[in-house]
Amino acid sequence: MRVLEPHSALVRATHWVNAAAFAALLVSGVAILLAHPRLYWGEAGAIGAPSLIDLPLPMLLTGQSGWGRSLHFLSAWVCVIAGATYLLSGLRSGHFRYRGYDPAQRLAYFVVVIVLVPAMIWTGLAMSPAMTSVAPFLVAVVGGQQSARTVHFFVASALVLFLAGHVTMVALSGFRVRMRGMITGQRAVTGGRA
Amino acid sequence: MISRRRVITTGLTAVAGASGLAVAARLAARYGLVPPDHGGLYGAGETLTYAAHRLLTLHQPLAREFDRSQISKVAPVNGDPPQSDEYQKLLRGQFADWRLQIDGMVARPSSFSLSDLKRMPMRSHITHQACEEGWSFIAEWTGVQLSEVLARAGLSPRAKFVVFYPFDDFWDSLDLADALHPQTLLAYGMNGGELAAGHGAPVRLRVTRQLGYKSVKYLSRMTAVESLATVGDGLGSGAPSVGYSWYAGI
Repeated sequence: MRVLEPHSALVRATHWVNAAAFAALLVSGVAILLAHPRLYWGEAGAIGAPSLIDLPLPMLLTGQSGWGRSLHFLSAWVCVIAGATYLLSGLRSGHFRYRGYDPAQRLAYFVVVIVLVPAMIWTGLAMSPAMTSVAPFLVAVVGGQQSARTVHFFVASALVLFLAGHVTMVALSGFRVRMRGMITGQRAVTGGRA
Repeated sequence: MISRRRVITTGLTAVAGASGLAVAARLAARYGLVPPDHGGLYGAGETLTYAAHRLLTLHQPLAREFDRSQISKVAPVNGDPPQSDEYQKLLRGQFADWRLQIDGMVARPSSFSLSDLKRMPMRSHITHQACEEGWSFIAEWTGVQLSEVLARAGLSPRAKFVVFYPFDDFWDSLDLADALHPQTLLAYGMNGGELAAGHGAPVRLRVTRQLGYKSVKYLSRMTAVESLATVGDGLGSGAPSVGYSWYAGI
């Protein structure tokens, strides 16, 4: 049994804004993917060219990739702004020295914030012909535009796995107490981890 | 406990934030950082992306170019060439009677035949083109710079956009940053040959820093305008009506 320090209002607000943005990014990402659920390696790839993986998903050309892109970039902006606010305030307030978590948990959060999310942003930008005209190294280090798309898919899958683990841990360690803690900032008394 | 000081500070911050946003919106409109489809649910995202890209590409960097050895063996085509009698007749006549009309805010409204365009300085580049669906290919494109043709027609300094009308329904428009970009071509050749019908014969637009759907095929006419508000439904292209963004630099 341990008593966790309460989360600050800013940590709670950015957590939920990012949770909503992540859900929107996931839904819209799937909508975009379904227009062409084949993954390639290198610069280019199309039907008739060798693929890396043909995902066992239907190919849907019903226009969902249009709103998919619009929603994807809107939520990406929300995520980047909320994420930057979280990082900057966290560095200032010492949130990252938060002692309520055990080492495995700290490692998981560290990998998400420092590795997976930046990799999503990087490979997302590497698919943009306007961005790579400014900064060709974005795509060069990934090995091509289609490689960037493929890496983007796999890192997204890793984030979905993290989300599943995160929600499971919250459920196992006292769902109501944890949710109350992240919503109201009330001190949480708990026996487990999330 | 909410103190009076807190209420005042919060109020002042909100007022400062709102005026800051209003000033930013006015500056953005003044410097052409607002896309025509800035309204609606996704408008904020469209505007942020477009404005950020325009500020980052003020120096007009070139899209990446490739070696001939990297040209894709497969260059798929989306959709069929226009079935209209007008287009089919021109196609049968190998576009000898085809002319590209230029009007609107130009000093010399004119029209150019395919051989007129081919007599102008020729440019080629080997670039990557991504379809909005997710697939892509690398090809060599040959044509004349759009900026060259606009200069010959005497583009007005007041013009801010160029609208492109093809023989099918996929009309679109470009801001001057892309219209005058050195890689933006009126392309009549591909991979060393003539442009195939499916790839947009006789002449298509080739815009290297946006998704494929902005590279309008089967061109028939282009017109220079100061504002897109009165063109079509005011959204800058046929794309927003089918759910695609006007700006596709991604």
